[in-house]
Amino acid sequence: MSSIGAPPKPPSADDAGFKKELVTLIPHLRAFARTLTGDPTAADDLAQEAMMKAWDARASYQMGTNMKAWTFMILRNQFYSEKRRSWRQTQLDQEAAERTLVAVDDPEAPVALDELRQALKTLPEEQREALILVGAGGFAYEEAAEICQCAVGTVKSRVSRARKALQATLERGGYGRDGAAAGDAMRSILADADRLSGARQD
Amino acid sequence: MIESKDPTPRPDAPASKEHGLEEVRLRQQAIGVKLRHMFDQVVNEPVPDEFLDILRRADERSSTKEGQ
Repeated sequence: MSSIGAPPKPPSADDAGFKKELVTLIPHLRAFARTLTGDPTAADDLAQEAMMKAWDARASYQMGTNMKAWTFMILRNQFYSEKRRSWRQTQLDQEAAERTLVAVDDPEAPVALDELRQALKTLPEEQREALILVGAGGFAYEEAAEICQCAVGTVKSRVSRARKALQATLERGGYGRDGAAAGDAMRSILADADRLSGARQD
Repeated sequence: MIESKDPTPRPDAPASKEHGLEEVRLRQQAIGVKLRHMFDQVVNEPVPDEFLDILRRADERSSTKEGQ
């Protein structure tokens, strides 16, 4: 009714509500950062920066709109602006990542998850983020398009290309894992997905 | 030309195209399940104290400013 030109509410009341909602989003920001970067430490740094950017920009956020999408957009923009600034560093990181692809040896990690994590790293960033948002983050194509600041059709085609590329990579086992026969990665993913969906009946 | 991809079709060849599509669907489904699982694992991790500490300090800073 009086939404247009209504005076802003006292900042302290808004801040409390904003903070409460922001806190509930931290686990999701961490998950987005982790799947985007593939590096737990860098991911938490990124998630913390995004959280602080969101806090600092809270005056520009409209309560009641999609705060999850808003914070994801902040995190994503932060990720890319850091990458641009430190592209040399990124190249080094990528070389290191390629070395770990061969060296990776975490007995705790379920094999299939590890294969997928490595395969995700081989995707172009724009495809990776689109797939993560839609395939894991639970965003609709329209929301993902807002987060990535691109057209809905672009998101759709990126997700589709990402899915095809992932499957091809996993079937090839083509990312340098020592001694793994082609198709092993896909087989372990299939077995693990079976186990995960079978777990519900236990 | 187009159909010469597999020069030695097996007896079960007629059903293979449909079977192939079904197989792709199953594989995509499996990848989807794993991807969500990977994401949810992080969501379900306890949030490191650092996050809440940083936010609390920022909140204190801004309320101090307002109080001045």
